[in-house]
Amino acid sequence: MSKDGIIAITMPKWGLSMQEGKVMEWLAEEGTELKPGDPVMDIETEKIANTFEALDAGVLRRKVAQPDDILPIGALLGVIAPADVDDAAIDAFITEFQASYVPPEPDEEEGDGGWAFVEAGGYRLRYAKMGDGTRHVVLVHGFGGDADRWAFTQEPLAAHATVWAFDLPGHGQSSKAVRDGSVAALAEVVVAFMDAVGIDSAELVGHSLGGAIALQTAIAHPDRVDALALIAPAGLGPDINGDYLSGFVACDSRKEMKKLLQELVADPELVNRALVADMLQFKRIDGVPEALATIAAGFHDGTRQTLDLRGGLAALGKPVKVIWGSADRIIPASHADGLAGADVTVLDGYGHLVQLEAVAEVNAILGA
Amino acid sequence: MARKITYQQAINEALDQEMARDESVIIMGEDVVGGTGADGEMDAWGGVLGVTKGLWAKYGDRIMDTPISEAGFVGAAVGAATSGMRPVCELMFIDFMGVCFDQIFNQAAKFRYMFGGKARTPVVIRTMIGAGFRAAAQHSQCLYPMFTAVPGLKVVVPSSPYDVKGLLIQAIRDDDPVIFCEHKVLYTLEGEVPEESYTIPFGEANIVREGKDVTIVALGRMVHQAMSAAQALAKDGISCEVIDPRTTSPLDEETILESVEETGRVVVVDEANPRCSMATDIAALIAQKGFGDLEAPVELVTAPHTPVPFNGALEDLYIPNPAKIEAAVRKTVEYA
Amino acid sequence: MAAQLSVEDLLDAYRTMKTIREFEDRVHVEFAKGGIPGFVHLYAGEEASATGVGMQLREDDRIASNHRGHGHCIAKGVDVKGMMAEIYGKKTGTCHGKGGSMHIADLDTGMMGANGIVGGGPPLACGAALAHKLKKTGGLAVVFCGDGASNQGTTFEAMNLATVWQLPLVFVFENNGYAEATASRFSVACKDIAERAPGFGMPGRIVDGHDFFAVHEAFAEAAERARSGGGPSLIEHKLDRFFGHFEGDNQNYRPKDEVKRLRENACCIKRFAAAATSEHGISADQLAAIDAEVGALIDEAVAFAESSPDPAPEDLMTDVYIKY
Repeated sequence: MSKDGIIAITMPKWGLSMQEGKVMEWLAEEGTELKPGDPVMDIETEKIANTFEALDAGVLRRKVAQPDDILPIGALLGVIAPADVDDAAIDAFITEFQASYVPPEPDEEEGDGGWAFVEAGGYRLRYAKMGDGTRHVVLVHGFGGDADRWAFTQEPLAAHATVWAFDLPGHGQSSKAVRDGSVAALAEVVVAFMDAVGIDSAELVGHSLGGAIALQTAIAHPDRVDALALIAPAGLGPDINGDYLSGFVACDSRKEMKKLLQELVADPELVNRALVADMLQFKRIDGVPEALATIAAGFHDGTRQTLDLRGGLAALGKPVKVIWGSADRIIPASHADGLAGADVTVLDGYGHLVQLEAVAEVNAILGA
Repeated sequence: MARKITYQQAINEALDQEMARDESVIIMGEDVVGGTGADGEMDAWGGVLGVTKGLWAKYGDRIMDTPISEAGFVGAAVGAATSGMRPVCELMFIDFMGVCFDQIFNQAAKFRYMFGGKARTPVVIRTMIGAGFRAAAQHSQCLYPMFTAVPGLKVVVPSSPYDVKGLLIQAIRDDDPVIFCEHKVLYTLEGEVPEESYTIPFGEANIVREGKDVTIVALGRMVHQAMSAAQALAKDGISCEVIDPRTTSPLDEETILESVEETGRVVVVDEANPRCSMATDIAALIAQKGFGDLEAPVELVTAPHTPVPFNGALEDLYIPNPAKIEAAVRKTVEYA
Repeated sequence: MAAQLSVEDLLDAYRTMKTIREFEDRVHVEFAKGGIPGFVHLYAGEEASATGVGMQLREDDRIASNHRGHGHCIAKGVDVKGMMAEIYGKKTGTCHGKGGSMHIADLDTGMMGANGIVGGGPPLACGAALAHKLKKTGGLAVVFCGDGASNQGTTFEAMNLATVWQLPLVFVFENNGYAEATASRFSVACKDIAERAPGFGMPGRIVDGHDFFAVHEAFAEAAERARSGGGPSLIEHKLDRFFGHFEGDNQNYRPKDEVKRLRENACCIKRFAAAATSEHGISADQLAAIDAEVGALIDEAVAFAESSPDPAPEDLMTDVYIKY
């Protein structure tokens, strides 16, 4: 909502499952001149804490929400306006906003708030579709993750494309029993997913193990893949944090899990209680530890990656973007060195979950 | 994990999934089928509140009505557990422990130790606890402290649909005897529950809400009362951490002590009577192992030292509520 | 009836009865000498009951016993040396010295435990019988109760439940006339415990518990009924105990000479030996050889118990839970 140059800052929707967010801390003071991308406040969701950045330019005139407030999506957080708008107009704007604001109904009718399931390759896969562009983008998450890892990616990309995110077998809410956990087999699952939802060809965006899977899909099925974006991908070098992988497979306590998840990010504050709880809930589902062990054994031998797709990448002849965080402690950014056939960006100071840590930068590279 | 079901449905689903997975899982109790031998519908009740409804149609003889004869059938469940079955036995209300306690605390709890480590007694006793139903003194108590005091028993007090399913599956798979205390007021509570089977380990407290000023430890229904209080207090800038131990035996001492180390102030909320309760137990734990961290005396919010009254107004006074919890938190915050 | 019993069976029965008797007589002596701690309740005099039942049980059949449980253990095949060591509280005992006389159990041989709680066993036996029924094994459970336990609510509940669920279960009441120091003619409201059976929908029989052959025959019928899905039965063995309720009991509630008279005239072993030698072609030498064998076994058991180590201090904390 905006009126006479007065603009509402509202609770964003990060990811499909987000229904409300908790205000952690204002990062800008009243009177600050904001431009798009400037940090406004830290918000914690069920999944992860993150910094909310300004979408519009103007002076932050009013902080409406207070730290610890838990507010639904679209609720008024603050007001931006040019410096010359008088306070009475700001007050009137806030009054009008609050009077007309209706929190969104939790959409139970639609079932799982946008999630759907499809049978593909003998697995039941959970997925979410956003946008309706002619361009198709399929997001492939990494080891131990799920489609929620794209919480900050899918919606922005959906402004320009039809964007699909799904849970790999053994992950999220997809079937847990993994028959063959190899990267080659999982690449066939990607193709089976595309068949099942009716995608002829797509750009694949893969993170970590998902990067290797996306790349392998392109190598095995070049006609189905238009372009690739690989974020901190596996498969491009021998090094990998084997302790993380084995630790994650074995982990069954909050403390260990928190420590492990902090390995994934440069800023340990991003790992909140809810993320740890979510990962533990996932780990405790019947069959998950076995599935993860099978998949882990498919691409590393305990200390090193056993899969080398560098040659395949060089020979691909398709647009390939590679994005890495320089502070990645799972798969080192040095694997991007000397990579032939790819347009590489290393983002300084970010960890393995770079798409969650450097949302704006990664989305800009992905073309959102 | 967006599917929402009730606490009661989550219990039914856990039982259903474990019976499907493991043939040795059987259910027995008063009216758990409901209608055996009568001329009307079989499976008429499915438990006095319908928790086990639908299981008889799927599992037939593996779910059994019993006479109203708690010592007899609780003991039978214990005996069957030592003979290769995994019985889930329903003691309708925990108040009925009085007529069958021997089979639980002298038999089931002690076999492993008395028999030199050679017994395995994987029995689960599901039982309803708690006031709020106007069910008066003999159908409303929170007697889990009595079971918690017995070596050899594990005691679970789940507070949410997610927890009740995961903890019940864990209880059924667990090789030790487990007393599983379901708060009857929570049966209609809805929450997100995965469709798949999963477990929650015993002895791991849930940090339901993070906070930095005061630690509130609460169990079962009291978790929700504590959360209401914490939300109200947040508006005044008092940040409460709410910890749900989930199991009273084993007890996750570490999570409680670590929280108190950060906050220095603690309120323990327990719907049980105050003497020899979880409240006093946890207060003693903190006094002994976290004394140096305390900046104020430990506050306890419990039911009074009375039976549960029948009259609604009196029962409401009996049950710890958010206002009392809020007052206790403020008291510890204001302590000089 | 005896036609079903081979000479081998009879010699086994004699060996079991004699082992129980020697075991108990020896525990009596060693207890008096101060070697055995705690409460001990001896089974001497009642051997025909445990033996006539026990020898007809399969390995997977289960028995629930009571505080007077040594005889039931031996008849179900629990290791005698381990039992003796347990009674001494030693690490090598059946329960590693953590159960003692009142809690000897050996689930591997189907012995679900002596029990320190009068009436503790009947509900447990229902559970064991239920497991057999659900698993369709053809197995059964037996619960041994005294006249004292015959008055416990748990026993009544178990009898009712056993019939309601049609369990393969046999209730054996060993009525030795005394519940601790109180006579059963005072404490049992009916003339015979067996009279209670019809009230719980099961057949009840009164059997002379001094007569091994009568015990054997009655139990054969009850076991057949249980194994074939016919439900529970009750058998009341009228018998006598040769020692007090517990060791140290001065038994001044009993008439003087009662025990002496019983040992002379109502000894089930003497009676068995007479029948075996006169009617079943067993020689006195065969029995004497068994006597010697049993004597040596009990000597060995006592020596083993006495020379065995106590549990270690760290054993205090073990086996409370399987995992905690």
